[in-house]
This record gives sequence, structure tokens and C-alpha cells, in this order.
Amino acid sequence: MLVKAKTSLTQRFYIFDIVKGLYITMKNMLFAKKVTIQFPEERRNYSNRYRGLHYIKATNGVENCTACMLCPTVCPAECIHIEAGERPDKEKYPVKFEIDVLRCCFCGMCEEACPKDAIKLSNIYEMTVTQRTIYEKDFLVEQRGSK
Amino acid sequence: MDSFDFIVMIIKVLFVGMLMVSMAPVMAWVERRGSALIQNRLGPNRMGPLGLFQSVCDGIKFAFKEDMISSHVNKFYYVLAPLVSLVPAFMTFAVVPFASNLVYEGHEIRFQVANLNVGLLYVISIASLGVYGIIIAGWASNNKYALLGSLRSSSQMISYELSMGLALVGAILCYSSLDLNTVALYQGQTLIELGGFAIPKWGILLQPLGFLIFCTAAFAETNRLPFDLPEGESEIVAGYHLEYGSLKFSMFMMAEYANMFTASAMMVTLYFGGYQLFPGMHWLLEMMNLSGLSADIARVAFEMVSFFVKCAFFMWFYVWVRWTLPRFRYDQLMDLGWRVMLPLSLINILLTGVLVYYGVI
Repeated sequence: MLVKAKTSLTQRFYIFDIVKGLYITMKNMLFAKKVTIQFPEERRNYSNRYRGLHYIKATNGVENCTACMLCPTVCPAECIHIEAGERPDKEKYPVKFEIDVLRCCFCGMCEEACPKDAIKLSNIYEMTVTQRTIYEKDFLVEQRGSK
Repeated sequence: MDSFDFIVMIIKVLFVGMLMVSMAPVMAWVERRGSALIQNRLGPNRMGPLGLFQSVCDGIKFAFKEDMISSHVNKFYYVLAPLVSLVPAFMTFAVVPFASNLVYEGHEIRFQVANLNVGLLYVISIASLGVYGIIIAGWASNNKYALLGSLRSSSQMISYELSMGLALVGAILCYSSLDLNTVALYQGQTLIELGGFAIPKWGILLQPLGFLIFCTAAFAETNRLPFDLPEGESEIVAGYHLEYGSLKFSMFMMAEYANMFTASAMMVTLYFGGYQLFPGMHWLLEMMNLSGLSADIARVAFEMVSFFVKCAFFMWFYVWVRWTLPRFRYDQLMDLGWRVMLPLSLINILLTGVLVYYGVI
């Protein structure tokens, strides 16, 4: 059943309610806190668990990765490509470590799978590029986060 | 008319013309920043100081856009329509006085482009020509949405013109003049003296109901919210200017802002004392202790400041109301126009007539 709300006599004159509304908008304009931020100067604080731009953690300038291939195996988007090689001291290391970031879904499973604590997702979220990008090893070994 | 008068006339025409042209970019900025601030945002603030050059960017964008003419439009009327709405919008301000007369070496300088003794009628008649631009635009676009928008707009403007004109009858009864300069001078008188503080005889105090009706009708006449039925994204897309782009669209926008400014100027002239100084500014003028020509120039400057401050307030009021009130449904709009505003304006005439007859006003 359609029930019409009763409007009181003062409401039916509109004027008082319009004045009230004008007061509210003016109050919002002058005193309310602005909800937007000025982006390049101000930034929001993201959680430490935020999964953003990848990097490979290094200790003493050498990447932790041993090219064990666990991360390309677990990766659901199949965006990691590793080619393994051997160092003079017989240690295995990745000759190539590429992440096709357009395929990456930032699930963080590579980070969970990694036994050497090598691949990491930092909390950098500005990853805009003007063309298709594959992150090379040189780019990934820059230490970008504190994780 | 000697050369001095001629030069003064050219300066006046240029001043008013430039004022009208610059109204669109300035108001576009005010509207953006104002709407943003009311919605707890900051709005465009990157281009230039306070984002003021944003409108310049808009202008450049409009100027460099491709001037498309769709193949299905009636080309002659399609090109004519923006001009038909722009020219009357610029013409109406001509009779509005923005300061009282100044005598300089025997020449009387009027701060009014054209001194018509039927100025009020001129404003109403020219302002109502604006509806032709809209209806031509809608018809020439050969598009059902544009035609619906222009039909809505024209019926709305004609309905509200009625109550607007009748509201003005009350004002005319009060001032017993159609000359806007006389109207402004009349409002310089003192209504009542309250302990040394003179309350001026402004129209708002004589015609409060008339002002309410005129103000509402002016919102409807200029197609501003809450009466912006000619446009409606969900119903008729952009209404009458649907097929227009680039500079032709910006001409419609300029016409809208020029109309808004003229409507504000009319509200100020008829109901808020026109160029009469704000209460208290007289003392400031006396304190400056000037004499002769410099006193006159100071007076004119003060009058222009108070006139344009009042106009600016009403321009801001348009923006303020826009972000406060939701829009009316079409039948509610017609209902308000014919069944509320029209009887109210008739009652206003009756009341004013009775009061004038008994010499109260």
C-alpha cells in the first residue's frame, strides 16, 4: 500500500527548508574536512602487507635467489620466467629473472613459496608505464622495500 | 554628441561587453571550485593561482576542438541558434545602471550603456528572446532528445516569464517608474531611522514576496538548478545543445552565464538597492573627507564596488543553490509555476496595490 509521508505546514512552504539546506551546504563548505588528498604531495599510508612492485632481496649485494623455480611453479598467472645458471663457486643463480607485470595478479604466492626469502612484493603502488613492460633482473634487484 | 561623449560611450560599451564575455570563464571557475568545496573536495587547483587558469585551458580546448556539423542538421538554423541565444543575453545588461551619474566638466556621464525610460520592459522583452535560440537549436539539431529538451525549456521559460512579469508589476507599483536609474535612486531613500542607523528603502523590504517570486522565476528563466529541466542526462541526454560542440557549445554556455549575470543585476537593481551603498559605507565616504571631483569619483567607485559585490553575491547564490537543492520533476515544475507562483504574484500585486493606495509604501 502506498503511504504518503505527511509534510508539515512549514515544510510545504519550502522556504524554511531551503534556508536550512543552504546553511548545511555552507557549513560543509567552510568547516568540513576535505576528503580528497593532493596526490603527488600527500600520500596515503598503505599497510605493510600491501602487495605492490616486486623486488628480489639481496644480502651483501648478491641476490638471495637460487633459481629453485618454486615461484614460476606456484605462480597462477605464469608471469615469472627464470633461466638458471652456475656461478664460479658452483652456486646456482638466476641468469634471467623476468616478470611480465601485465600478467601478474599480485597474489603474493611467489613470496610465500620462496624458501630463500628472495622475491618480495614491496608497498610501492605507482607502477604506471607507457608501454608493455617486463621487469628484468637488473630492475628487480634494486632494494625497494623493508620486507 | 561630441567626441568626449563618444569616447565615454565606447569605454562603457567595451566595459560591459568585456564583463559579459569574461563572465563565462570566471563563473566556470567559481562553479567548479564552489561545487568541489561544497562536496568536501578541493576542485581544480593546479593550473595557475587557485586553479584560475583552468578556465583558460577550457577556452583553448573549446577553440581548438573540431567544429563538427552533423550531416542531418538544418545547417542555417544550426549555426544561427547559438548566436540567437548569445546576442540577447549580452544585450540585456545595457540598461542596468552600475553607478549614479557623474558630472565632469559640464558633461554628465551616466554609468549605464543605454538610458531608456522603459529599461525594465526592455530587459524583460530582450531576455525573453533567449528562448528562440533554444527552440531553434532543438529544432535544427533534428534529434528527438534535442527537440524534447528545447520544448521543455521553452514551456518552462514561458510559464515562469508570466509570474516573473507579474512579480515585477508589484515592484513597478512601488517605484512608479520603469527607468532603472530612477528605481535605483528611489531605493536610496530612508525607510526608517533606528537610533541614528538609517535603514534604506531597498526593494526587498517593500516587496519581500515579490523578490521571492522574481528570484525563483529568474532561476527558471536562466535554466539553472533546481529548474534545469532542459538538460537531463538520464532522460534527454544534454537537451537542446546535444548536437553542439566546440565554440558553438561554449557560446551557449556564455549565454547562460551572461543571462545569470543579468538576472543577478536585475535582482540587485530592483530589490537590493542597485548601486546604493551598503549601510555604513556612507560613513567611510564621509571619513575620507574629499571634495569636488575627487569626492564624486570616490562615490562612483564605492557605488560600483557595492553594485558588483551585490551581483557577485547573487552569482554565488546561483552556484550555492545548485549544489543544495535537488531538481524538480517536470510536472512539479509546472505545478509550482502555474499553481503556486502565479496566484502568489497576483496576491502580491493586490497587496502592493492596497498598500500603495493607502500610502504605506
